[in-house]
Amino acid sequence: MKVMVIVKATKNSEAGIMPGEKLLTDMGAFNEDLVKAGIMLAGDGLHPSVKGKRIRFASGKRTVIDGPFAETKELIAGYWIWQVRSMDEAVEWARRCPDPMPGEEAELELRPVFEAEDFGAEYTPELRARDEQLRAEVERQQKK
Amino acid sequence: MGDFEALTRTTVETIWRIEAPRLIGGLVRFVRDVDRAEDLAQEALLVALERWPDTGIPENPGAWLMTTAKRRAIDDARRRRMMDGKHAEIERSSTRWATFDENALDDVVGDDVLRLMLTACHPVLAKEARVALTLKLVAGLSTAEIARACLTSESTIAQRIVRAKRTLSEAHVPFEVPTGIDLHNRVVPVLEAVYLVFNEGYAATAGDDWMRPALCDEAMRLGRLLVGLVPDEAEAHGLIALMELQASRTRARVGADGEPVLLFEQDRRKWDRLLITRGLAALDRASSLARPFGAYTLQAAIAACHARARTPDDTDWPRIVALYDGLAEVTGSPVVELNRAVAVSMAYGPAQALALVDELAEEPALRDYHLLPAVRADLLIKLDRRHEAKGELERAAALTENTRERALLLARAAACG
Repeated sequence: MKVMVIVKATKNSEAGIMPGEKLLTDMGAFNEDLVKAGIMLAGDGLHPSVKGKRIRFASGKRTVIDGPFAETKELIAGYWIWQVRSMDEAVEWARRCPDPMPGEEAELELRPVFEAEDFGAEYTPELRARDEQLRAEVERQQKK
Repeated sequence: MGDFEALTRTTVETIWRIEAPRLIGGLVRFVRDVDRAEDLAQEALLVALERWPDTGIPENPGAWLMTTAKRRAIDDARRRRMMDGKHAEIERSSTRWATFDENALDDVVGDDVLRLMLTACHPVLAKEARVALTLKLVAGLSTAEIARACLTSESTIAQRIVRAKRTLSEAHVPFEVPTGIDLHNRVVPVLEAVYLVFNEGYAATAGDDWMRPALCDEAMRLGRLLVGLVPDEAEAHGLIALMELQASRTRARVGADGEPVLLFEQDRRKWDRLLITRGLAALDRASSLARPFGAYTLQAAIAACHARARTPDDTDWPRIVALYDGLAEVTGSPVVELNRAVAVSMAYGPAQALALVDELAEEPALRDYHLLPAVRADLLIKLDRRHEAKGELERAAALTENTRERALLLARAAACG
């Protein structure tokens, strides 16, 4: 299974304060362990939300909102995608992560990624028909 | 704090599995016996299951397990010394334990795991024994899980593992990690075992136990582990590329009712872009390390042609034909030649492909191979020679052992009029 591990933002990460040398070293070693164990699929750190944008969908209208965004604790500062056997295994690896925000309260959030079988019943014949129609349209456009 | 509350059997076992290859690999180096090393690691797990609920998870669980297993080994050696008085030998091994430097552990961890993989896939072992031993020792799966995944009984797997360990010990297999060409030669059977594990999982069907498809993940993990240990082996990168590119299609391979969906009918938007990106990157690394390409790299390069095509019509068939040329040369396999003929038909038309298939029909190895008449029939239909195609489809139906496939072939024969 795949799990997304989300590093929650903090005041410092939102202020653009870069990690110190020790954290960079420790994080580098942790990432190396993840790679060596064969579980790391992807991972990146994110710029603070001041560089981010949001698109809000409300009553049929789309509005672009510039960062920074409030509610720091709800923001994310980075992520990994891991391939693990179970949530238990993901938890065990996450427990080994160096403190990502030294001096501040930090949090990692682990969320399993949807797998094909999770869609099962939701993927109705109607949805499938629509999918196929869409696909035909895409192919038609590509052939033009 | 949370550790105390949440510490269940599953947690301890999860940690043990993460540590198992390093733990067993490290122990093999000292006790020089795979079976003994595994027993010691298991004993350490039992101690952890007993103690950790009271003490919490140690700061460095891997080192804790190693120390515990090591103490067991020393106790054992002492006990045996008392019993059979083999002073000299035990004396030596206790000294070795006593001077064991835990700080030195980190430097050799990679070697330990590599040594374990090479040993589990040693050429003295049969292929299926290599698979079972790799899953047990390196992936840390239980005998029951391996049995479920390989569609066989637990006792069969248990026996296979016991016999494999006996073979290793009787053959006095040295536990050294070889270098240069010797290392390369020993990596070959490891790659083969990993790909067998992958294919076992890839062949799983909808009704199967979830342990079977999980084998694909295990194989990719083992492949990535290996790539980290022998980063200069082009074919290790080629294999991981091949597995990731094939696995990228998992979601699209099965229809809503569990029926298989063939490559050209697959909804390509369901392909896993992350695995494709990773697979293509691994292929780049493999290509930069070796010319000419090895068999895994060539197969990965063929899979990449499909992965890069947004629609079946976009497929770069001339390139696939060229890659099959290389693969046929490396493997010398007539089955590869047959696949090449299919690619030729896509790239240059059915007439040219038919000439190739007719040549292959002389091949003794393909005489009873049902896909040869089946492929020939496809080409004949494209050339509008339906009467001949009908005969070929009937011949293919008579040769296949798969009932579902036979029914399909006969139905197609009937449709030829």
